[in-house]
Amino acid sequence: MEHTHTAVAHEEHGHDSSTKTIWKTFWILLAITVFEVGLAFLYLEYDFMARWALNGIFVTLTMVKAFFIVAEFMHLRHEIRNLIMTILMPLALFIWFIIAFLADGDSWKHMRKDLAPGTHVAPATHVTNEPAHH
Amino acid sequence: MDTAVTAKKKWWSGGHSPFNVSYGKLMMWYFLMSDAFTFGALLISYGTIRFMSTSWPDPNEVFHSFPGMGHTHLPLVFVSLMTFILIMSSVTMVLAVHAGHMRDRKAVAKWLSWTILGGIAFLSCQAWEWTHLHEAGAWWGRNPFLNVDGTIASTNFTNFFFTITGFHGLHVTSGVVLNIVILANVLKGTYEERGHYEMVEKVGLYWHFVDLVWVFVFTCFYLL
Repeated sequence: MEHTHTAVAHEEHGHDSSTKTIWKTFWILLAITVFEVGLAFLYLEYDFMARWALNGIFVTLTMVKAFFIVAEFMHLRHEIRNLIMTILMPLALFIWFIIAFLADGDSWKHMRKDLAPGTHVAPATHVTNEPAHH
Repeated sequence: MDTAVTAKKKWWSGGHSPFNVSYGKLMMWYFLMSDAFTFGALLISYGTIRFMSTSWPDPNEVFHSFPGMGHTHLPLVFVSLMTFILIMSSVTMVLAVHAGHMRDRKAVAKWLSWTILGGIAFLSCQAWEWTHLHEAGAWWGRNPFLNVDGTIASTNFTNFFFTITGFHGLHVTSGVVLNIVILANVLKGTYEERGHYEMVEKVGLYWHFVDLVWVFVFTCFYLL
């Protein structure tokens, strides 16, 4: 195995600076989580901001936490560009994935609301999908 | 293998990994990427169903219990503890990997043991939460919780909750098993003989991924 020395090469970082980064990352993750839970409590008690804004903050902070876990704990930030790209580029599909499916869910809700029994619907001018009788 | 990263190095000219990592580590990364899509698909289908529902149960009403606290209304507290346990176990895992770089066998064994303990603690918390919800009448196909607007909720909420946290719990379980296997090898001196502790790094990647997924599950089910 010619690849077996990759692990050893990281030793150059030195003991102290490396464990310091680990604990710093831990405190960041903990602080963000505490902040999120605090915001959720404040919202429950005082209802002080719009729900969509609060959700926006939660999603953003989740992405920040994800960044720190992947970059520092999984060490991806310290790998070479080729590895970073081969992992992150496919994940860009999630951008489409999320937008498309949530939009679909939303449109589904509106269709169910607008076409629910008892809802007034403008009379259709012509019906094209009459059941075929054979 | 040469790890000195220079701008002029021709990564794609052959003779070495263009990703500067071993085969096993690269494959672990690709596996985790595919697993990310599996979890992504589950969470996005949950989001789609939630977007199509006119109303949805309030997580603060559903998840408000803490072991030994009876009926005290404590939303988010227990799940915050679970999150803390998992983040903490991620930290002990990095420390194990770090000790592996130092070829410090004792320290690797120590930190791995803490990681295993953290994993078991998390699973115990989840078992308690599931039992509690089950006693409240929630299960796949059964949802006793009302929507925020007071209407009867469909079983979508419980189905997604148990499926996704269950799938995540399964990942934690296999992570604990892998950690135990690695710990046994550390104690046996397998990696000392091999001359490196890269296996700890590979399992470490998996463990952090499980923590990463929990960050998203926490947001999607408990905060939003």
